[in-house]
Amino acid sequence: MYNQMVVRRDETEESLNQLFRALADGTRRDILARSLSETVSVTVLAARYDMSFAAVQKHVAVLERAGLVQKRAHGREQLVSTNHARLQRAGELLEALDAIWRHRMAQLDEVLLTKGK
Amino acid sequence: MPLTSVTKDPETLSLTVVGDYPVSQQRLWDAFADPRQLERFWGPPAFPATFTLHDFKAGGRAEYFLALPDGGKWNGSWKFTAVNPISSFEAHDGEDNAGDANMPAGMTFKFETTPTGSRLTVVTRFSSIEAMQQTIPGMEEGLRAAMPQLDAVLAEAR
Repeated sequence: MYNQMVVRRDETEESLNQLFRALADGTRRDILARSLSETVSVTVLAARYDMSFAAVQKHVAVLERAGLVQKRAHGREQLVSTNHARLQRAGELLEALDAIWRHRMAQLDEVLLTKGK
Repeated sequence: MPLTSVTKDPETLSLTVVGDYPVSQQRLWDAFADPRQLERFWGPPAFPATFTLHDFKAGGRAEYFLALPDGGKWNGSWKFTAVNPISSFEAHDGEDNAGDANMPAGMTFKFETTPTGSRLTVVTRFSSIEAMQQTIPGMEEGLRAAMPQLDAVLAEAR
């Protein structure tokens, strides 16, 4: 199965690089996972990790700049939720490349097996 | 199954593909050295690749196109930065035949002899995520194509 990937060329290189940098960190992936199904506050997130509130805030800021989460104020709390469309896009790019190579290697196998040894 | 693993690494924007084949290392190498064989597996089957140039040496270039269903062509080119028969070669991969300077991807192909035949390891590194996209569009259309006609093509090659 392949994802039907829509290629948007107007997407800037920098924003795409931000996207993948954001996904490269374990804590940020965890934050993303936790904010996937429900909106969580930065305070609640900070309590889960062995790091300062400010450090967690920075991780959230990286995710926000990459467009992976959005933040909104609720009283004194900052609430974090996942941007699903953006997250899906990162996965689609890698899945498309994965699919291309699976085909190519399978075709290479057929070429090798049918034409001489 | 020839494909052993595909490793996706978003942090370094790289993709590593490993395949094991029941043929000799020389035979595996020849499939890449001979453009007539190369074009039978590089492009998706219903969007065949045609290599119009395959100057397989360091500093040399390869140029190819994929025939698209709307009658158009998707041009691609490689610039070989290292060619070491029959153990490895490296190339930059670009979407167009013009402008080698900003080729979006670097590819390293490594060939080894194994107890069961030979192993191919391909590492593709992209300069940016935008670059990843550039290498996909033509292929992506091709991926939707059916596979069956490949058999006929390969039978001819015998």
